[in-house]
Amino acid sequence: MFEEDYNLDKEITDYIDWCKEQEHPESYLIAILHKIQEKYGYLSQENMYEVAQKLRVPTSFVSGVATFYHYFRLKPRGYFHISICLGTACFVKGADLVLKAFQNELGIEIGETTSDGVFSIEGARCIGVCALAPVLMINDAVYGNVKPTQVSELLSSLRAKYNQEKKVSA
Amino acid sequence: MNKVNIQIDDINLEVPENSTIMEACDKVGIHIPRLCYHPILSNEGACRICIVEVDGIYNYLPSCSTYVFDGMKIKTNSPEIRQARRDLVELMLDNHPMDCQLCVRNGNCELQALSYKLGVRERLFEGVRKSYELDLSSDSVVRNAEKCILCGQCIRVCANVQGVYNLSQHHRGVNTIVTPAFLSSMENSVCVKCGQCINVCPTAAFTEKDYTEKIWAALNDPDIFVIAQTAPSIRAAIAEGFGHPPGVNGTGQMITALRRLGFDAVFDTNFGADLTIVEESVEFLKRLESGEKLPMITSCSPGWIKFLEHFFPELIPNASTCKSPMQMVSTLLKTYYAEKNNLDPKKIFVVGVMPCTAKKFESRRPEHYNVEGGYPYTDAVITTRELIWMIKAYGIDFNHLPKGNFDLPLGFSTGAGDIFGSTGGVMEATLRTCQAKLTGIQNQELEYFDVRNVEGLREASIKIGDKVLNIAIANGLNNAKTILNRVKNKEKEYHIVEIMACLGGCVAGGGQPIPDVGEFIYPLDKNMIKLRAKALYDIDENKSIRRAHENPYIEKLYEEYLGKPGGELAYKLLHTHYHPRLPKGI
Ligand code: SF4
Ligand code: SF4
Ligand code: SF4
Ligand code: FES
Ligand code: FES
Repeated sequence: MFEEDYNLDKEITDYIDWCKEQEHPESYLIAILHKIQEKYGYLSQENMYEVAQKLRVPTSFVSGVATFYHYFRLKPRGYFHISICLGTACFVKGADLVLKAFQNELGIEIGETTSDGVFSIEGARCIGVCALAPVLMINDAVYGNVKPTQVSELLSSLRAKYNQEKKVSA
Repeated sequence: MNKVNIQIDDINLEVPENSTIMEACDKVGIHIPRLCYHPILSNEGACRICIVEVDGIYNYLPSCSTYVFDGMKIKTNSPEIRQARRDLVELMLDNHPMDCQLCVRNGNCELQALSYKLGVRERLFEGVRKSYELDLSSDSVVRNAEKCILCGQCIRVCANVQGVYNLSQHHRGVNTIVTPAFLSSMENSVCVKCGQCINVCPTAAFTEKDYTEKIWAALNDPDIFVIAQTAPSIRAAIAEGFGHPPGVNGTGQMITALRRLGFDAVFDTNFGADLTIVEESVEFLKRLESGEKLPMITSCSPGWIKFLEHFFPELIPNASTCKSPMQMVSTLLKTYYAEKNNLDPKKIFVVGVMPCTAKKFESRRPEHYNVEGGYPYTDAVITTRELIWMIKAYGIDFNHLPKGNFDLPLGFSTGAGDIFGSTGGVMEATLRTCQAKLTGIQNQELEYFDVRNVEGLREASIKIGDKVLNIAIANGLNNAKTILNRVKNKEKEYHIVEIMACLGGCVAGGGQPIPDVGEFIYPLDKNMIKLRAKALYDIDENKSIRRAHENPYIEKLYEEYLGKPGGELAYKLLHTHYHPRLPKGI
């Protein structure tokens, strides 16, 4: 987590340098964290430590802010990132039960990743295909009319796919 | 300053317009309950226990953060206000372990006291309680998040007073928890172990690591020679644990109590303080002559040293290499004293009674172990609070004890050693000795009132012989930061800098008695710190020898054993070194 691990992209460190010239550099903290999440998908401890050192904001405050907002992810996304729509239409059609099924099957909460790194889940707001409610996305693919009873099977097929793809790449 | 007229309950009064309602009430003897307010910390308004009613305003207002206005009519008491305050406490208790009987703050906990005062007599809400693991990772400070009521005082003392910024709230809502960065353990953090979070915490969410179990065991073992050494500030505060106001000198009773507990010898860390001065003056005069590694910065406060290692590693060469008084005494006990008395150092158990939680950490630093023997020079460190508890646990009636005296030779100290416990004390003691050495004249001014003052930050130029020494004194690490930045950026040229981690010095260390909840004295109260410091200056004034190097037992120690101050053996036994630490502080 230390200097030798500094690896923030130049685009981001340039932005931090710019922030430091502004009147209240610390007020840009959230903006910086957003940029990092956009780039790397999550906020690693190394990256937060580097931000703290470069922006001269106490590390505890950086991680305090990062854990306060649900939007920030503190762990890398899974190989399959599942965002379950919790928008009104989906919710009415039982999205909460779908979510619960994923939580039960995977043993993780919203914003978490399974310890093997294969799955992560997230709650999303309306993704614009309410006609198919309840809806979820797995990486870039949209799945509609999902029933809680299908979740177990869906996960098994994804796992098989994962094993397959891993084997190919190995 | 403009004044305004207000009415509190039925009392009419005039107060400065920038007063808060709480300040105005305090003046007329109305104590509004409070859990998150502290006069030296920024205002948080987190607990809402301090609510009052203001005429014409529909909502209750937090008195700690609401300012008065002309014509304001305040009501501090009504069945409804009392009920509202009680509800707030009940909600806190809803999420609190109900184990007061098992708790070190039992009897001196603000939450407990408030529950009693507000009339909480039954448990109304039985919700799901938060459950967190106890953080026992640090040698000094234990964190028990289950007892935290989220008042934020620890966060603010660590940031505003100590400049460490180790703590922050993480997560939100019911999941909010106070931890170091990344929710990591106290050990894996920039924590300097000063213990000020313990002092200000209204509950037992921060406490010191308990070492008493090991000490009871040693005391009970007939093969072990158990020695206590007590730091300067213990004597100025221990009586507070037995019903006395701050500033009562409890030296004699403390010594007798330690003997009754079964300690085989009771020595004085002040002897080590004298010795530190002797070594440090030699070191300083050498640096002054060569012009190298100036300013020299004092090194007896282990919280400050850890701060140096995390926050200002580039200034490590400036720190004096002298061990702290405690470590000097411990080292001599297991070398000089052991040889003289034919004792096996492995059968000696040294207990430091310290006003400081960072001393626990210091005693575990690998630098303070005997490498060949694999044993620590200091076996256990307990705080003033822990000693008070041990005395109570043993059934000793402190207030009726005859006064005892320290054992010799490591129990004799000059006035210089006594004042180590107060900010400016190390500086004054060093100046007394340097003055004698630089001018060759012995009987000159002894009291440097310029350096006596509990303000957090002082600078002065002091003429000694034909030299002018620029000195700086800082207590509270946030103040130290100011001085260190001046040194780092070469804005100021000091010769010698004294730094103590805690506000006011060791007298207000993280291990000192927490004021009784019934007394309405805040932890770190300035007046309390002054009274404790005064007790030390009084002891100094009543001593016939007041310069460290004139301590006859120290002269003898060099003659018989150590050789010359700053000599080879003295250097080996009495000096140490420091190293940069990660994570880096900001
Ligand atoms: S912190 Fe206070 S209220 Fe909580 S268990 Fe301890 S004594 Fe009781
Ligand atoms: S011991 Fe001192 S440095 Fe550590 S968390 Fe507490 S106040 Fe901060
Ligand atoms: S640990 Fe103590 S001081 Fe810190 S927020 Fe919790 S209750 Fe307050
Ligand atoms: S509410 Fe789920 S897609 Fe619109
Ligand atoms: S004391 Fe006023 S809000 Fe806590």
